[in-house]
Amino acid sequence: MNEKAMRKSRWQTVIFLLIIIVLTYLSSAITRFNFVEGMATIPEAIGWIFSNLMVTQESMDKLPKILEKLAETIFMSIAATTIAAVISLFLGLFGSKTTKVNNFLSVFARFIASVSRNIPVVAWSLVLLLSFGQNSVTGFLALFIGTVGFLTRAFIESIDEASQSSVEALTATGATYLQIVSKAVIPQCLPQILSWVLFMVETNIRNATLVGILTGTGIGYTFDVYYKMLNYNAVALVTLCIVITVIIVDLISNYVRKVIL
Amino acid sequence: MSLLKIEGLGKSYTADKQILKNVNFEIKAGEFVSIIGPSGAGKSTMLRCINRMVEFNEGKIIFNHQDVGSLNNKELRKLRTNIGMVFQHYNLVPRLTVIENVLHGRFGYKTTLQGVLGRYTEEEKERAFYLLEKLGIHEHAYKRCDQLSGGQQQRVGICRALIQEPKLILCDEPIASLDPSSSKVIMDHLKSISTEMGITCLVNLHQVEVAQHYSDHIIGLNKGEVVFRGEGSELSAEQIQKIYETNTKDLIIE
Repeated sequence: MNEKAMRKSRWQTVIFLLIIIVLTYLSSAITRFNFVEGMATIPEAIGWIFSNLMVTQESMDKLPKILEKLAETIFMSIAATTIAAVISLFLGLFGSKTTKVNNFLSVFARFIASVSRNIPVVAWSLVLLLSFGQNSVTGFLALFIGTVGFLTRAFIESIDEASQSSVEALTATGATYLQIVSKAVIPQCLPQILSWVLFMVETNIRNATLVGILTGTGIGYTFDVYYKMLNYNAVALVTLCIVITVIIVDLISNYVRKVIL
Repeated sequence: MSLLKIEGLGKSYTADKQILKNVNFEIKAGEFVSIIGPSGAGKSTMLRCINRMVEFNEGKIIFNHQDVGSLNNKELRKLRTNIGMVFQHYNLVPRLTVIENVLHGRFGYKTTLQGVLGRYTEEEKERAFYLLEKLGIHEHAYKRCDQLSGGQQQRVGICRALIQEPKLILCDEPIASLDPSSSKVIMDHLKSISTEMGITCLVNLHQVEVAQHYSDHIIGLNKGEVVFRGEGSELSAEQIQKIYETNTKDLIIE
């Protein structure tokens, strides 16, 4: 690179930065978002949070009921994830280049994965709400479909990455497809597979709250009800419970991951 | 009597590029044969055509009186049990133990269910330990393969090929990722397999001197064509130049 080109590339950076600043200014002008005004309301908002979103003695009475809903949500997330993991394992095997059975199934698996993954879980909840109504099956299905998409994608990558060479070797010994999958592919990919499943359990417990608000199930529904009743103390308690649960699940899954890897 | 006979073999992945062109040679039972040639000459493809890990387009391969090209899936599986394969990157299952990897070589003789459940007979297990001892790695039998050095992993790979009780072992650059002393150990083992056990070895190599030292016959491959066929001593500087298309003095010959 000569000196002229160097100077040119420096100018490009400056111009690029200017364009970003202009774009930011234009978009806030169009949406009439005033940054300074927005910042000014922050102290007030914090004040409101501290005066209203406090866990009081009165709201603690509702704790057993909240915990019951929370447990329901956690188990629903775990069930949705594990069942989805089993389906995804098969789709992953079919979709992977090294272990595919035939081209049709491979394309089919990738198609399922991309359809269920590229539609957000919120959209799935609302669509399923129309066809299945307001019950826990809807929440379960919304989480299940999103999870199948994500895990299939992740499993395809794990299988392709980890087992190409040993699949070749075992094919050359005259081993059958099921022998190769059960004795080379699965043992080699198991840590990654379990790691992805744990990640998805965490994500689904977080997502379950939002899905619950939309489909009227589990802890999300409880949150929604108290929110609409303007019982902010109970809302604070629900939020606190969710945060603690997510942190605990995070710690557990980190520990499990450390042990298996 | 020839164990392997290749006639007019041709292979192309795309219409405009032929990987192998009219390859002809024969290998007698118990011979140690090396294939040398520059990278991209088609050595690996050549080996993989023999057990049909790669499907070839033209010609005929006769192994042990069987026409390899015309076999159905079941017969192909049977054929593969008779041909062991050793790889440059060992191709073991790294998370499994040495003994498990060796026993994988028996899958071809088992039903799917026996293989999936991991049912091995006492004789098979004894044979596995015998082979590990013969190659000097029996003390690592219960270690995971990813804890072994490259040379040790390659010996596990050879054990896995030997437990198949094959007639032919195909080695795809078995010493290309090993240091010189491990390379010698591996080549000595392969040589003794062919002399003591009478198993035919077909080995892809990058090192001309190694090929000359160990092989009964050498096949020189260039751009998919056989340009040399003969004993190691017959391989002159001129021949080497023809195979590698460079002056001998521009090559590193150990």
